[in-house]
Amino acid sequence: MNQIIITTVSISAISAIFAFLLTIAERTIGNYGEVNITINDDKKLTVNGGSSLLSTLIEEKIFIPSACGGKGTCGYCKVKVLEGGGPILPTEIPFMTEEEIKKGIRLSCQCKVKQDIKIEIPEELFNVKEYTAVVEEMEDVTSVIKRVKLRLAEGEEINFKPGQYIQFKAPKYEGNDEEVYRAYSIASSPLDKNHIELFIGYVPNGICTTYVHKYLKVGDKVQLNGPYGDFYFQEDSQREIVMVAAGTGIAPILSILRYMKEKDIKRKATFFFGARTPADLMLTDFFKELEETMYDFKYVPTLSRVTEEHNWQGERGRVNVAIEKYLENGDNKEAYLCGNKAMIETMVTALTAKGIPEELIYFDKFD
Amino acid sequence: MIEVNPMVIFFAAIFTNNMIFSNFLGMCSYIAVSKEIPTALGLGTAVTFVLACTTIINYLVYYYILVPLGLEYLRFIVFILSIAAFVQLLEMIVERYLPNLYYALGIFLPLITVNCAILGVSLFMIIRKYDFLQSIGFSIGSGIGWTLAIVALAGIRQKLKRASIPKGLEGAGISLIITGLMALAFIGFSGIVQIQ
Repeated sequence: MNQIIITTVSISAISAIFAFLLTIAERTIGNYGEVNITINDDKKLTVNGGSSLLSTLIEEKIFIPSACGGKGTCGYCKVKVLEGGGPILPTEIPFMTEEEIKKGIRLSCQCKVKQDIKIEIPEELFNVKEYTAVVEEMEDVTSVIKRVKLRLAEGEEINFKPGQYIQFKAPKYEGNDEEVYRAYSIASSPLDKNHIELFIGYVPNGICTTYVHKYLKVGDKVQLNGPYGDFYFQEDSQREIVMVAAGTGIAPILSILRYMKEKDIKRKATFFFGARTPADLMLTDFFKELEETMYDFKYVPTLSRVTEEHNWQGERGRVNVAIEKYLENGDNKEAYLCGNKAMIETMVTALTAKGIPEELIYFDKFD
Repeated sequence: MIEVNPMVIFFAAIFTNNMIFSNFLGMCSYIAVSKEIPTALGLGTAVTFVLACTTIINYLVYYYILVPLGLEYLRFIVFILSIAAFVQLLEMIVERYLPNLYYALGIFLPLITVNCAILGVSLFMIIRKYDFLQSIGFSIGSGIGWTLAIVALAGIRQKLKRASIPKGLEGAGISLIITGLMALAFIGFSGIVQIQ
């Protein structure tokens, strides 16, 4: 009995001494006091030093996109550091191109704030906020894609441009012990500021997609932040519009179309949707209706794996074949593409061949 | 323990009782961080420094706290605690006061917490009943020996980049084979001094 007490007490005492020393060290050596962050030469923040740039900025309600939550594995949280960031760390180099290193781009989750620091971030990020929302509707639009409509908390509004995306938080659930953020494009119209609609495809073993497809139900509370992204509808342009999407890439296109309809924007638009079989098509009635009600809109679903049984009357083959047939000169057009990397690359080639200037082909690559 | 000069132990720890080549301790960072000489040298320096400091701390804790209380069997947990605490403290100090050293070594310090060569040296010190000076000689020698081994491997691996290696052996596989060959070569030193 005696020995148990001695053992316990001495181990506790030794641990306590170490804990005590480390706490003192943290308070004195690890305490960097107040430091200033200057953003874009304009905004000044006074913060407590010592943490990573990413977490310091989040505390100040400035959200830098990050999917891994600051572990240095996703490489999304890039920020330009002008002064006071110290040299680039070996943990960051794998995510950087040589040009980025020269410009002073850093991963904000690895770069610590230890002294006055000057950074540059895109203005849009000031608009990024964290939202809580409730799942209002859920629907299987195909066998692998769910449409999820979220209602933001009472009085909350989100301002975004059609085409932008948000980051959706997948919480811990059975079989997943980490919180992750995943990016999804917004499909709803920016004029409906209280709702967000997402199209979420099922990826086997995907942390977030498994959560949405297997666990999420109507009435659940979810968290998200945004909006992000430089893929959005160019409102000032007067050009005709070509849109191409596949799979869940339909979401940002839908947002653009809804916006155009509600604002009654008088520009000619053609939407090519690439899929394999008729079962992969989504919202066909909705697009048919848009063809009637919008200024000048044409919906061209293109199927690559139709057989005789499908009795398909529309276009066949890959989307570039349909583009060949429907598009004449591209000089007066601009294009919005959304889908996987291979699809985007083929489309950029096909569209530039039609004469659409490359800088007017906007795209959002999904992984 | 017969009286052995601490200097003898120091050289024995480098050449004949090398942590890597005769005990195969501290292998994970040895394989992982031996791609380039400068980083290998950095990690080796950090290991040597941490080894010297933690061995002193553990010597004092063992002989002045654990032995009087009759708690020798708790040495594993206490040594692990003190190594972890020391490394963390060291990291804070280096980060604050020696920023340049931190950028060079910073990411290796956490690796050292779980480097079994560190714990191994503290435990050997107890098993072999070294006195204080002998322990210091042993720890610094072991650190230098470990550094020597990792720098040598890094040098060979830099040259290997230009060699054609069978696909299945690339990376860790060939490194282990090289380590084995180097260990054989180090047996050549065994005539100089022997310690147990």
